[in-house]
Amino acid sequence: MIKKDLVIIGGGSAGMGAALQANKLGIKSILIIEKEDTLGGILNQCIHTGFGLIEYKEELTGPEFLTRLEDKVKEEGIEYKLSSTVLSVSKDKVVTYSNSKEGVREVHAKAIIYAGGCYERNAGEIELGGKRISGIITAGQAQKYLNIYGYLVGKKIVILGSGDIGLIMARRFTLEGAKVICVAELSPYCNGLNRNVVQCLNDFDIPLYLSTTVKEVKGKDHVESVTLVSVDSKGTPIEGTEREIECDTLCLSVGLVPYLGPLNNLDLVKDKAGRIAVNQYKESSLPGLFICGNALHVHDIVDYVVEEAREAAKGAKAYLDNELSSQTETKITYGSNINYVVPQSVATPILTDFTLKFRVRSNLKDVSVYIYNNDTLISKTNYTALIPSQMVMINLKKDKLEEPINLSIKVEERK
Amino acid sequence: MKELVCICCPRGCNLTIDEDGKVSGNFCPKGKEYALEETSAPKRTLTTFIRVQNRKDTMLSVKTSGAIPKEKMGELMAYINVLKVKAPIQIGDVIVTDILGLGVNLVATKNIL
Repeated sequence: MIKKDLVIIGGGSAGMGAALQANKLGIKSILIIEKEDTLGGILNQCIHTGFGLIEYKEELTGPEFLTRLEDKVKEEGIEYKLSSTVLSVSKDKVVTYSNSKEGVREVHAKAIIYAGGCYERNAGEIELGGKRISGIITAGQAQKYLNIYGYLVGKKIVILGSGDIGLIMARRFTLEGAKVICVAELSPYCNGLNRNVVQCLNDFDIPLYLSTTVKEVKGKDHVESVTLVSVDSKGTPIEGTEREIECDTLCLSVGLVPYLGPLNNLDLVKDKAGRIAVNQYKESSLPGLFICGNALHVHDIVDYVVEEAREAAKGAKAYLDNELSSQTETKITYGSNINYVVPQSVATPILTDFTLKFRVRSNLKDVSVYIYNNDTLISKTNYTALIPSQMVMINLKKDKLEEPINLSIKVEERK
Repeated sequence: MKELVCICCPRGCNLTIDEDGKVSGNFCPKGKEYALEETSAPKRTLTTFIRVQNRKDTMLSVKTSGAIPKEKMGELMAYINVLKVKAPIQIGDVIVTDILGLGVNLVATKNIL
């Protein structure tokens, strides 16, 4: 069996970011396994600008951003396999993959970084009403068809969900000559970034209907119309508010879910929403298995993904150097207005500074974020506004964290 | 007084600009610049693709090297959609110089070998 110090599953921005850092830290044998026929993952189809403002201090398109990482991976001679699907990962860290040249192969890894990204929630997962006819497509899939293969999926399009990919696609569809009738969003707030509402919807006079969803899809073989309905504060449809809209395509931008297929049989500890729970080194409950990027939690921008990938690589290095053995972990607790926190726990002894990342549940104004260790306040940050689509990041200094560690996060309105 | 959302970065600052052109709510100097431009002559960077003639099912992603007047986007798309390119193309290659006389170039954002 082939042996590697570090196997990285996924060759997108997280996988390449982790590989470059691992290489820099001196990890000798690294292998990236990527299922597509090119490195870069989702960035290949994100031809719009907005990437790299933090990493490179300039605004790049997705392909430009990934090419910088890819060039570096090649320059450093880091080994990667394309068109190779990871089928499973075992508890003793044997990674089974397959491709059309080698068949099914196994590689034994001392450490693994899983960077498998996300998949898009689809019609079934949101229990979309009406028929399952052709013309219903997820925003990322429509983006791939258009930007990679050159096919426009429809002429009269309704977008359900206000995630960033949906907003970006509203602009792309319009520029390519389709009519985007509206974007409907179940929540009372937009799920995408404000800048995308401005430059993707407002620029083209595309209406955004909040607290609205699709009740029913109609058509014989292909989508002919959708019925929109307003919802109350609990998301329940309000009778009598239905209106039918003629269209040929319903495009879904209703959220991303970490893709964890190859890790399914490992019984890893997960949080309430099914994310793999990690400590500050991004290490899962299986020692030596690290998770980063959108496979860990959905990020707002790719720059944060690459940064997180570097942390996972540092974790892998510490693990290979035997610095993470004999650790104890305590869970981070948080208030009910916080949706989730990454990392979910802290391992002691603490070797380096680290960042807490979390999202609030609803729009909040004029709040302070307090971080306590036991009953001692160790960090306070003020925000004029916090919204669910913006990830909050609080950097914690190692020397401020005295053992025993019992971290808690509170978000409170300022009086 | 006018309220705007800055589009320069994902932070998306809520800006206000008054009649005298005084900007507030911006986290960085770019916000001020944006508010002034957005209320006088709004500009956007355009990204799209061109079909590569000598490569099957291959699209070359492109961008304008700088922002162009917002109202020119449609005209520019029509112009770009009939362009033809041939590989090999390097990232950063200029596909059209001073496109439509707008003072910016159309630039490849992808390597096609």
